[in-house]
Amino acid sequence: MQAFEYANPATLAEALKSLGSSWDEAQVLAGGTDIISLMKDDVAAPKRLVNIKNVKELGGIAPHAGGLRIGATATFDELATNAAVRTYPAIRTAVLGVASPQIRNMGTAGGDLCQRPRCWYYRAGFGLLATKDGQPLVPNGENRYHAIFGGGPAYFVSPSSLGPALIALGAKLTLESASDKRTVDAAKFFLAPGSETEREIDLKPNEIVTGILLPAAAGEKSATYEIREREMLDWPLVTASVALKISGGKVSSARVVLGHVAPMPWVAVAAEQYLLGKAISEATAEEAGAEAVKGAQPLSQNAYKVQLAKVAVKRALLAAAGKA
Amino acid sequence: MKDPDKPRKGFSRRGFLRGVSITGGAMGTGLLESAASAETGGAVVGPAAVSITLNINGKLRKVGVEPRETLLDTLRDKLDLTAAKRVCDRGTCGACTVIVNGKAVYGCTVLAIDAQGKQIQTLEGISPAGNPHPLSKAFVNNDAQQCGYCTPGFVVAAKAFLDHNPKPTEEQVNHGLGGNICRCGTYIGVRKAVLEAAGMTAAGGTKNA
Repeated sequence: MQAFEYANPATLAEALKSLGSSWDEAQVLAGGTDIISLMKDDVAAPKRLVNIKNVKELGGIAPHAGGLRIGATATFDELATNAAVRTYPAIRTAVLGVASPQIRNMGTAGGDLCQRPRCWYYRAGFGLLATKDGQPLVPNGENRYHAIFGGGPAYFVSPSSLGPALIALGAKLTLESASDKRTVDAAKFFLAPGSETEREIDLKPNEIVTGILLPAAAGEKSATYEIREREMLDWPLVTASVALKISGGKVSSARVVLGHVAPMPWVAVAAEQYLLGKAISEATAEEAGAEAVKGAQPLSQNAYKVQLAKVAVKRALLAAAGKA
Repeated sequence: MKDPDKPRKGFSRRGFLRGVSITGGAMGTGLLESAASAETGGAVVGPAAVSITLNINGKLRKVGVEPRETLLDTLRDKLDLTAAKRVCDRGTCGACTVIVNGKAVYGCTVLAIDAQGKQIQTLEGISPAGNPHPLSKAFVNNDAQQCGYCTPGFVVAAKAFLDHNPKPTEEQVNHGLGGNICRCGTYIGVRKAVLEAAGMTAAGGTKNA
């Protein structure tokens, strides 16, 4: 790991002042579960780390405008034990699925959104787009955990556990720099980079994700279903987060978002449209799963993820409708 | 077993490293006297070593660290607290588990400088030589180790788990200790040991042949 300076601000204003205009100048330290590993691997080498855990206004989970505000430095353990978070089953399941107790004690909500992809080519120094001598390494390489949607030029999968659930629930994120404050839809925060100089999230080096704003949970039936190789201490192979409004037994609004299948959480628009006006049953949930994976473009080793995605959508829908 | 707080006799690799780091730390604090406290708000410290104070097993320990040093490396290389092990060094195996402010964390993924002002517990404090913690005894009773390298991390993780879940079910033990890996595969013994320590199994009925 390269040596770096350490800033330990007590206020958001001080924290924002400590950041720079490039990622090499300064990066944020929250739970540290990703940035410290990236720095050990020399994939990241900022000259300064800015610890934001002592910035009070970035913490906590509190009611907000009928919904909930989750502070950026709220840990997964806080999310797991918070009563209000239980009213958002899609989030609660995603939270409990994260890695291990130790990681949940350290990792933060903001860090989950800003962590870098787990693609092993990226982690081994081949860049976000994983190229060597200008050629992409993923399509004919070790791609069993890579994208089945939206691939090219980026083939990694978004590692965020909260992202798909937040998008399904229509959450917004608040971002702040020393000179600006903005609010973005969770659905627009995640991006597929087209070049090595772009990032996979809509965040500038001088900005901090300050919090997550969730709309009211009432009337929304949500669920997340995750599929992993190992039960614990592992990344999901595929997840599906869904949020439904049901009136008169029929779906009046549906959000279906897949995780770990694309460089960003992948909104399954065809499945959402299919569900409108339907009652949730084994048959319609299965059909929605089939709709969700239409157009999938698996690579040489990951066609199995298509079937997993189909099943994840089905099971998440049945769970949301209380029929699991 | 030795008292971990007593210095070892003779030459050891770790003693050598510690000697080097104390020199480095002293130099760092000398150079940075004006920026002395790394604990306070706005001040930026490093990249050279700074003097910090860690509260470890109820004792205040002053040590010189660069901001890039992990809590695990500081414990092992500078404070001679070697129960926590460095295995994956990427927060994915659990051998370095320590307790910080009552919660189990991976020592390899916490910066030492970030652990100031917090209550740090290591196995040396939880289960001191000559006065082993009931969990340590239960691990022995249940053959919950083979090579033993993951065992300190498991015992610390189990202690944090039982502190929050004193009467766990078997399934809760599986999830609660899911952050630790044993490559010898002693999970059955570990599970029995944790349940025994929690008084959840009849005494004498837990021997794992």
